[in-house]
Amino acid sequence: MNNLVNIKIDGHNYQVEAGKNLVDAAKENGIYIPTLCHFHNQEHALGTCRICTVVVNGKTTTSCTTKVNEGIEVEINTPELIDTRKAIIEMLFAEGNHFCPSCEKSGNCDLQNLAYDMNITVTRFPHVYSKKVVDFNSDRMIMESNRCILCKRCVEDIKTDEGKDVFSFVKRGINTRVQIDYEEEAKLSQSEAMHAMDLCPVGAILVKGMIYNEPFGDRKYDLVGKDKEAKPKERFVKKDANNKFIVATTSLAGCFGCHMSLLDIDTDIVDVLEIVEFNKSPLTDIKKFSKRCDVGLIEGGCANSENVEVLKEFRKKCDILIAFGECAIMGGIPAMRNFVPLKECLEEAYINGLTSEIGANVIPNHEDIPKLLNKVYPCNEIVKIDYYIPGCPPDANHIWKVVKNILLNEDYSITHEEFKYD
Amino acid sequence: MSFFKCYKSVNLVANHFFFTMDTKESTLQKSSLMNILWDIQKKRRYISHDDMTKISKVFNISRMELEGVISFYHFYHRKHAGKYTIYLNNSIVSKHKDFDRVKKSFETEIGVKTGHVTKDELFGLFETSCIGLSDQETSALINFKAFTNLTPEKVKILILKLRQGESLESLSDFPENNIQYTPEENKTVFFKPYKQGDALKKIIGIEPDGVIDLVKASKLSGRGGAFFPTGLKWEFCRDNKADQKYIICNADEGEPGTFKDRVLMNILPGLLIEGMAIAGYAVGATEGTIYLRAEYFYLKDKLEKTIKEFLKKGLLGENILGIEGFNFNLNIYMGAGAYVCGEETALIASMEGKRGEPTTKEYFPVEKGYLGKPTVVNNVETLCAVPRILEMGVDKYLAIGTKATPGTKLMSVSGDCNKPGIYEIEWGMKLKDFLDLIEAKDPHFILYNGFSGECLSSHDFDREISGENLLAEHIQFQINDPIEYARKMSAVGLRSGGAFMVFDKTRDLLPILQNITDFFVAESCGICVPCRTGNFLLNRKLHKIKLCNADKNDLDEIKEWSNIIKQSSRCGLGKTSTNCLLTAMLKFPEEFNKCLLAESDINKAFNLEKAVDDYDKIIHEIETTYE
Ligand SMILES: Cc1cc2nc3c(=O)[nH]c(=O)nc-3n(C[C@H](O)[C@H](O)[C@H](O)COP(=O)(O)O)c2cc1C
Ligand code: SF4
Ligand code: SF4
Ligand code: SF4
Ligand code: FES
Repeated sequence: MNNLVNIKIDGHNYQVEAGKNLVDAAKENGIYIPTLCHFHNQEHALGTCRICTVVVNGKTTTSCTTKVNEGIEVEINTPELIDTRKAIIEMLFAEGNHFCPSCEKSGNCDLQNLAYDMNITVTRFPHVYSKKVVDFNSDRMIMESNRCILCKRCVEDIKTDEGKDVFSFVKRGINTRVQIDYEEEAKLSQSEAMHAMDLCPVGAILVKGMIYNEPFGDRKYDLVGKDKEAKPKERFVKKDANNKFIVATTSLAGCFGCHMSLLDIDTDIVDVLEIVEFNKSPLTDIKKFSKRCDVGLIEGGCANSENVEVLKEFRKKCDILIAFGECAIMGGIPAMRNFVPLKECLEEAYINGLTSEIGANVIPNHEDIPKLLNKVYPCNEIVKIDYYIPGCPPDANHIWKVVKNILLNEDYSITHEEFKYD
Repeated sequence: MSFFKCYKSVNLVANHFFFTMDTKESTLQKSSLMNILWDIQKKRRYISHDDMTKISKVFNISRMELEGVISFYHFYHRKHAGKYTIYLNNSIVSKHKDFDRVKKSFETEIGVKTGHVTKDELFGLFETSCIGLSDQETSALINFKAFTNLTPEKVKILILKLRQGESLESLSDFPENNIQYTPEENKTVFFKPYKQGDALKKIIGIEPDGVIDLVKASKLSGRGGAFFPTGLKWEFCRDNKADQKYIICNADEGEPGTFKDRVLMNILPGLLIEGMAIAGYAVGATEGTIYLRAEYFYLKDKLEKTIKEFLKKGLLGENILGIEGFNFNLNIYMGAGAYVCGEETALIASMEGKRGEPTTKEYFPVEKGYLGKPTVVNNVETLCAVPRILEMGVDKYLAIGTKATPGTKLMSVSGDCNKPGIYEIEWGMKLKDFLDLIEAKDPHFILYNGFSGECLSSHDFDREISGENLLAEHIQFQINDPIEYARKMSAVGLRSGGAFMVFDKTRDLLPILQNITDFFVAESCGICVPCRTGNFLLNRKLHKIKLCNADKNDLDEIKEWSNIIKQSSRCGLGKTSTNCLLTAMLKFPEEFNKCLLAESDINKAFNLEKAVDDYDKIIHEIETTYE
């Protein structure tokens, strides 16, 4: 350790080994820089994901591609940079189609873990919902492009004995995809194939039959961040202590799972009822708003015209709207139809599907039946949403803690188990 | 030629090529991959499945890797692109001229919509971004021959004649040079009489280091837009010891609105070659390549012819001018339609037969460039300036222009003015004088330095075109107030990369900005998410504003997202892709506020009727089919 250089990180001085990668140099000194595409057996940093963006000598750059040398001044944890890195993760979620509740990689996924880590509950960007294929053609592998973040690890690292590429980027720009060369893939050994699956930071490369080797609960990130607490939000409403708070709830295009979860607090519901009165809600079976509400809880996104109307009414009648559950936040499972033309969906459901009667030739429609939208919309693309409670479904304690916090300005802490859903 | 015969001859060529390769039993260097793809594309009009099988075999690469390369470049096709492949320029200056009518006329005459090929495979019609003919729009390329100043009537006649079998060559318009202005004689650098070899002879008796010193003394800086000091770049390359070094001329000229390199190569191909040879001499490189954008295929013959003349005269080849050990050879490498390949590391990747993706800049080309060897990449104009500086002497050169930016600058002018074309101006000219010179009619906004440049308004008219008193870039983007901006920037020079598009009051700013984001969405290489998806999302936002569905929050988000893209993108494309948008928002707030909605809890962009439109149609359709 002779070749030491002096560097400055966020105003503090450190001595580190010259030429070392900035991510590692910072880590040695207890400073964490998030990374995603960077992996350690790679000689040259890939620099594709941009998650490790920092400022070096006044210029933004990526840490994984920066080698430390004498006198460099690095900014890592300024509010602006923290936000930029968060935005990049959010953009990856908006660009891809990530349905964690149904993803084989959940719990082992670097992207998901980073999102938890950065307290992301919703992406600030509208979802692109671009059509991406799931390629089952290879005998052994599945390429799930919906989840690929184009980190390029597989392209750079997985080669056949002859040195040929197995995975390649094709097309460019927003249409860039990773594709498997089936012929070359067949030449990989099983352990090389498994390596490819492990190498992929997300659930894009899957080896058939080997996906659930590690059960949920025992996965890489299941225990990470156990001590983490979600930060309380600031906004609250003051309320006359004698009056109860009025809460309305609804389930739009959801499965009612979030509502089931609402009731999952068992007898604590009695405490809740002490401060809360329900208005329009499936829980009370009140169909119409009879008064203005303090809080509206929305489960599910908007799949049909009625959902849109209900949501807009909630916006008008409630001071604060909370989207709870993935479907309300990003469309969730129902949004998986966004990649299939509506016509095909309807025909599959009512005419050609296995469960439809032979000879069926009508798609139910009547002026009283709500019309399906061209795609499923997250709630925040239709009205303004004030808070998000992620999860599929969110934990009951989590939901009520958030609601109570908003209503009473109580501090709350959410335990790791309550906050993670994979 | 009948279709059958034509097909057979292609097969012969291909067979010949593959046969010779197979017998040698060698793996081809990937650096010849794109040439071969071009051969096949040009002869057959597409690259077939069988071609791919053969190519991947001789290059010893996987099929999918090859697919990755082919699909990166938009002039390569996997389906027949038409015996006459038409590319119509869809960038904004073309749109302001006659694009819509010309496009319609093409579609009517050939009978298919844009993006399609006629059934008989005679015509294919595609759109493409700026093809370097902004001063003679609306323009198109047909089989890479230029057709300029198109009108619907011209298109009609053209297609008719092609159907009658007239040769494309005889119908095409070789682009005009349109040189509109040069300074007085002793101040002109580029467009003055030229004699092959005059400049090159000046190096006799000067050591390579001496040449570098001269270039350094001239303060020449890169004319490709990054303004890196040329002498310094050469010195870095010279100092890196290697058995082989390369000089690459960046003739990719992809920045929309720029066409000066086209004119330079057309009028003074010899000057460029001399510049490259001098660079080779200075840094110790013996190989040079001109990376020519495919849009300029029509310049290739002339360049090749000039190279031959030089070889004959001993101005290229071995022991040039009798200087022992001064060897330099030149070739031409064709791009295939990717703006990002103008970025020097992407350009090198492209020359190596890969996808044109910029690198992480762990190494600069002068350290590890083409095939891992030290490489100088310079713009056409930079390389043409060097021999002129040697010819006229550094002192005389320094007397022209301003202190920080001596000499002259070539400006490519297009848009709403009476005299579009090329201007060689002395650095230091006031912007308003320049506007007079080009006879701009009622100039309202200017896209300065192309789509990756900035937007100028009347606030800037008193500034001078030069590299004086520059501010660090991020300072400029921190200013939020137009008046403060005007005050702070008044003494700051406008350093020009060469593109100058001027628009008058009748033009709407938003469609122009959308055209810009369209361009970046189409041209992003796709490596990093901020550029790949960020620009796409900005494009949607602009659309929302245009439809009058936006509120103030949307404007704030545009600014926030633009800055994120700027900060976190990997290469210059992403970093500069939002410059015009940000500066336009600063200088023309009224254009964005025109129909802003009051802030609301309900997103007005969501339209229920539209969202159920599909459903209504499907129900109607199904009811009638299953009746
Ligand atoms: C997206 C992008 C496109 C570029 N396109 C060109 C181009 O078309 N021509 C060019 O000379 N330089 C272009 N450049 C700049 C080159 O990277 C490089 O700086 C230049 O060729 C160096 O030559 P110079 O020093 O002589 O200017 C581009 C840069 C970026 C980031
Ligand atoms: S890859 Fe799977 S687990 Fe990871 S973020 Fe995407 S959907 Fe969630
Ligand atoms: S498939 Fe996985 S490893 Fe490959 S680029 Fe996509 S995310 Fe990265
Ligand atoms: S900024 Fe754009 S062009 Fe540059 S590397 Fe990223 S995606 Fe590619
Ligand atoms: S970890 Fe540095 S760019 Fe991906």
